[in-house]
Amino acid sequence: MGQGTNIEAIIFFFLFVSFTMGVTYWAARRTKTAEHFYAAGRSITGFQNGLALAGDYMSAASFLGIAGLVALNGFDGLIYSTGWLVGWPIILFLIAEPLRNLGKYTFTDVVAYRLQQKPVRLASAIGTMAVVLTYLIAQMVGSGTLIQLLFGLDYTLAVIIVGLVMMTYVLFGGMIATTWVQVIKACLLLGGATVMAIIVLSKFGFNPMNLFARAAELNGQRVLEPGTKVVTGAWDAISLGLALMFGTAGLPHILMRFYTVPDAKAARVSVMWATIWIGGFYLITFILGFGAMVLVGQQQILAAGGGGNMAAPILAQVIAGNIFFGFICAVAFATILAVVAGLTLAGAGALSHDLWVNVIRGGHAPEREQLVVARLSSVILGVSAVILGIVFQGQNVAYMVGLTFSIAASANFPALVMSVFWRRFTTWGAVCSIMFGTFATLLLIYLGPTIQIDLLGPKAAPAGSAPEVVEAAKAAMAAHAADITSQWWFFPLKNPCLFTMTGSFLIGIIVSLVAPERSAEEGFAEVERRALLGEPTVTAAE
Amino acid sequence: MAHSDARLHALAAKRWRIAIWLSVLMLIAYYGFILLVAFNKPLLGTVLTTGLTLGILLGALVIVFAWVLTLVYVGWANNKYDHELAELRG
Repeated sequence: MGQGTNIEAIIFFFLFVSFTMGVTYWAARRTKTAEHFYAAGRSITGFQNGLALAGDYMSAASFLGIAGLVALNGFDGLIYSTGWLVGWPIILFLIAEPLRNLGKYTFTDVVAYRLQQKPVRLASAIGTMAVVLTYLIAQMVGSGTLIQLLFGLDYTLAVIIVGLVMMTYVLFGGMIATTWVQVIKACLLLGGATVMAIIVLSKFGFNPMNLFARAAELNGQRVLEPGTKVVTGAWDAISLGLALMFGTAGLPHILMRFYTVPDAKAARVSVMWATIWIGGFYLITFILGFGAMVLVGQQQILAAGGGGNMAAPILAQVIAGNIFFGFICAVAFATILAVVAGLTLAGAGALSHDLWVNVIRGGHAPEREQLVVARLSSVILGVSAVILGIVFQGQNVAYMVGLTFSIAASANFPALVMSVFWRRFTTWGAVCSIMFGTFATLLLIYLGPTIQIDLLGPKAAPAGSAPEVVEAAKAAMAAHAADITSQWWFFPLKNPCLFTMTGSFLIGIIVSLVAPERSAEEGFAEVERRALLGEPTVTAAE
Repeated sequence: MAHSDARLHALAAKRWRIAIWLSVLMLIAYYGFILLVAFNKPLLGTVLTTGLTLGILLGALVIVFAWVLTLVYVGWANNKYDHELAELRG
């Protein structure tokens, strides 16, 4: 496995790309205005958007990563699954409907609604880009490594293929093509995972408990109990929980999807479907992880490389042969493509709609120009994604996903909530809150254990080294850790969200109270009305 | 106009209250689970029946609970809330 080229997978992948290119061609002919490009002409139904949201959210990390985590650690994988799901009801209760009613293309539209456009848009675009770029790095590096493993392709070639195909979707087909790519991918992923889970369960009398019991027989009862893999300290657990729960509600590519539906009710229905699909998917992934643990075996999963990521694909091979293995590999590739396309589109929205049209052109740019700038921004982001993917090759980027969610929860979520629900929120309150959320998160991650100890510190000796070398490396690691943790500037949590998100709320509140803004307060009545009723049918005061 | 403004205000407050309550319930369920994982690992390792520990059951229930809250909200919004909105738009 992992050696040689995986012919079946490449055939399935080729079919997927050909079909989605057809969809892109169809979508390109319908993409005539900025509203088509960013919001698919508001023509997507709630059910379709629910699938597309699930497609945007179920990354390769959640499919291959969680299946692998469960296969190697058992119970602990469930901690991530629950964390990644519970953000969705929060989006439903607090965000989806006001967002759809108040905004046009980006969540910044909502934050800036009654505030001074330029400073808020500028700050918010910085917050958006920080999220999009960190997430893109994590996805691109992950994709290069995975595709190398799954298809036997060269890393750089894999990153370039992902970049090119994804750019084609976004550049020509805009949101219409991206949405349908997400829908197709979500169906393939949910369908493939469900078929696998049914085959696995059929070997255990269709009772998951028989499967879990067998796993405990083989690997000890510990696989059914909480370990130390995910949750280390209590404060780390609380902080990570906040990032997962509220970060989801601050991801720009997820928030952007709510503009593709015709009204707030459809936005509500789309979150309902997304929550059902994603929750079901995580339950199925849990079964697949245990299936791989029992039917493939932990030794073989580790031997395949990728730190457990190959658990689900090998399981497919063991239970249903090479063709199904190829299919699952191709689905994993498609998953990466779709997520990266969604991110690129969200980044293009921030660069062209928020920065170019609203900051540089003062809100007035001809339709043609908007579309040209949007496409140009997609190309810039696509090329940046490929370059970042190559630059960060071989780096451990797992922490980037946590960083992404932390910035989203600290920079985007507080400003969004306060702008919709708090009358006295001001322009400078928003700007300071977003800036603090973005830069404090980056700084504290840098000063924290992930970068200072895990990344910059001495590494463990490579496997198979002489015992004294192993001991020396261990001693060096311990000495380094002791030295770093005693520094005054050291930040002890792996995930800073507990401080940065609360800090971001506090700064927004304090700055707003210290310097009230009359026009923003007067505009709140309209925000309140429009958040419920949507765009006025008569005349709009822009 | 003043009358409809007052009704709008009341409806906004009601939606806000429900949204906060449901969010708090989600927060309690999720943090209840995470804090048990952090502080009381042995309890979650309790075997309920062969092949099922309390931890696995509670983890799955957090997901099911998220579904239930979602359906409760959508049920309320599709039936009650949308009607009142339609009257306000009237």
